[in-house]
Amino acid sequence: MGGVLRRLGAMVVNGVWQLGFAARFFWLILVYSGQSFTRLHLTIRELYFSGVLSLLIILVSGLFVGLVLGLQGYEILQRYGSTDAMGTMVALSLLRELGPVVAGLLFASRAGSAVTAEIGLMKVTEQLKAMDMMAVSPIARVVAPRFWGGVISMPLLAALFSAMGIFGGWLIGVVFIGVDDGAFWSQMQAAVDFRYDVLNGVFKSFVFGVAVALIAVFEGYDCVPTAEGVSRAITRTVVSSALAILALDFVMTSFMFRGL
Amino acid sequence: MSRTTLDLWVGVFVAIGIAALLFLALKVGSISGSGIQSPYTLSAHFDNIGGLKVRAPVKSAGVLVGRVEEIRYNNERFQAEVVFTVDGRYKFPVDTFANILTSGLLGEQYIGLDPGGEEKSLAPGEVIKKTQSAVVLEKLISQFMFDKAADSGSAPAK
Repeated sequence: MGGVLRRLGAMVVNGVWQLGFAARFFWLILVYSGQSFTRLHLTIRELYFSGVLSLLIILVSGLFVGLVLGLQGYEILQRYGSTDAMGTMVALSLLRELGPVVAGLLFASRAGSAVTAEIGLMKVTEQLKAMDMMAVSPIARVVAPRFWGGVISMPLLAALFSAMGIFGGWLIGVVFIGVDDGAFWSQMQAAVDFRYDVLNGVFKSFVFGVAVALIAVFEGYDCVPTAEGVSRAITRTVVSSALAILALDFVMTSFMFRGL
Repeated sequence: MSRTTLDLWVGVFVAIGIAALLFLALKVGSISGSGIQSPYTLSAHFDNIGGLKVRAPVKSAGVLVGRVEEIRYNNERFQAEVVFTVDGRYKFPVDTFANILTSGLLGEQYIGLDPGGEEKSLAPGEVIKKTQSAVVLEKLISQFMFDKAADSGSAPAK
């Protein structure tokens, strides 16, 4: 009994400790960002690795999600004779939820894990310490560019995911099934509000970008410098990013889309 | 520092990302929104607003002319007070009728404005005096039932 309590207490203390360290780490990233932006090519390089190389998976999965939404939406809407509303359904579900969330999950497992592995391995091979010895801040040189690369590419990837999904829904609805093209777009435009739906979706994906990028660089920086430690850190990145995305999504949705 | 192919790819990525955002804004979401220009506010009191929501459309002759801004309860009149904005291009006479209507059988509720015949127009901030509440299905059914009951009650007496 005492052992269980002790372990529980240690877990709680450890968790709070880590949270505090993560908060201080986030603050340090922001402080050193100015310094890292003076060498912009570092950030551009990370934009390439986490943004450009994630394009393929984001575009292809966006297309498939749109195709599935089109088929399922048609199946349900045709029962009520309102297949014209298909564009509305596809666009709203992608813009409000699926676009930011699924793109965020894919981004965490595609780019977040890679960032953790890279920083973790740098720690194992003591490259971070070596930089510190040479008075080069590892946060400015390694961490901040990876963080900003993730934060910048996430909203763009989510927008591409949504656009691709809408194209997929259009392909199924208009091209294959034969829903009226004009009704598809005009009903969509009537129902989708720029500020309420599009901007809220972009804001969501930006928040997910900050969360995923912070978790990825933190787990890499904080990992136990062994082979096992790095592999655990990567697992933790994917798991806690997914949890963070879904939990933040619930919180933001409850603020943004209260049934007015 | 020279330009590299990596920069090119990042440029392409950012460009198509912004293009996707523009597509979402213009083609999917019609950035002009409802196209309401220089709006002014009007308000109206209703006995019952039914399922009217904030941001619900305000229509006249079926055309969107404004949106509901605020719904609150007026404790002095024991009525709902609905504040809505109307496009500045459109003027309505002071004896305009505000009705709460439903689009389709299951559709959303909106405010329909029926213009009257007065020459004076409603000024910004003014209150529309002639209103008609939302139709409440239960009241409609009970009215029908009572009518029936009254009919069948009086019939055998003949």
